[in-house]
Amino acid sequence: MSPMRCAALLAGLLIVASAIAGASEDLPREKQRSSYDDMAPATRAMQDADTDNPGMLWVLDGEALWRAKTGSAARACADCHGDAKQSMAGVAARYPAFDAKRGGPVTLEGRINACRVENQNAQTLAYESRELLALSAYLALQSRGKPIAIDEKKLGETIAAGRDIFRQRQGQLNLSCAQCHDQHYGGKLAGNTIPQGHPNGYPLYRLEWQTLGSLQRRLRNCLTGIRAENHAYGSRELIALETYLMWRARGMSMESPAVRP
Amino acid sequence: MARALVNIPPKAKRGEVITIRTLMSHQMETGFRYSTTGAPIPRDIITTFIATYNGEEIFRAELFPAIAANPFITFTTVATESGTIELTWRGDNGFAASEQATITVE
Repeated sequence: MSPMRCAALLAGLLIVASAIAGASEDLPREKQRSSYDDMAPATRAMQDADTDNPGMLWVLDGEALWRAKTGSAARACADCHGDAKQSMAGVAARYPAFDAKRGGPVTLEGRINACRVENQNAQTLAYESRELLALSAYLALQSRGKPIAIDEKKLGETIAAGRDIFRQRQGQLNLSCAQCHDQHYGGKLAGNTIPQGHPNGYPLYRLEWQTLGSLQRRLRNCLTGIRAENHAYGSRELIALETYLMWRARGMSMESPAVRP
Repeated sequence: MARALVNIPPKAKRGEVITIRTLMSHQMETGFRYSTTGAPIPRDIITTFIATYNGEEIFRAELFPAIAANPFITFTTVATESGTIELTWRGDNGFAASEQATITVE
């Protein structure tokens, strides 16, 4: 091999190496942008006014559930936690959190269900059921305006696992989450602006769904969109992705219950 | 649980145009869809919305299957006198809900 060709090959390798390095960087904090900023003024107005935001219908239900005695222990959430406005302020912004008892991450929905089983002797609530969405919306509302803060020391492994899934090309379209949401946000996909994909407003009211939905529902939508094999609600993979996404959105303020087109 | 969010200004000047905004929780099932087993899902929508001001009807709307879930209805009226504004929603399967608010006109 001539020295010229050798140099060209080396240069080529360097370009490839730098492209890989570029792709392996997390979205920098100064570039974070909430999808709220890309919404039409009418949709923003809908989110901003509590009497116009359909998510608040679930919040009203959640407030009633918070005070309702349930399970064979006949205990309400409020009996232990008191006024959610104080006891739950900023809590949802820290979820998924590290659960010492299980030695792993637990989502807000998972915590609600664990609390129901362990302290109320009640049945768990299914993902996307009206009750679970109502309770999680009510809790998430108490964190509105608070910065997202995930315990990255304790959840380091989960964040890393989520990052791997985020960057893994998958599905028949052979796309990774990062290709759209890290590298092409702000561009167009079928006429829609590609968002950065921050989870700062969940559970949120999607006009397309005509209902409130959890982050995991949205993640499953995206996986269907790239024609990938889906993960079950509450699965290790979705929890890891959720944890990584919350970490990636660290410092952004919570908008729950948000409205999205 | 029929939940509603209603925004009616508590105070207004006589002759002022006020905006009333309402959001009613309802799935608005169109009746055109089929379940996973192929059985038609029966229609379940709100059909009528009526607003009265001190007992007098000031606004009425008919709703149809093309209207989205959790219908948001907004309208304006002139604040004529202090009193009660009552909003009523009626629909399929005996659905009925109402909300009321008082307004002080100075």
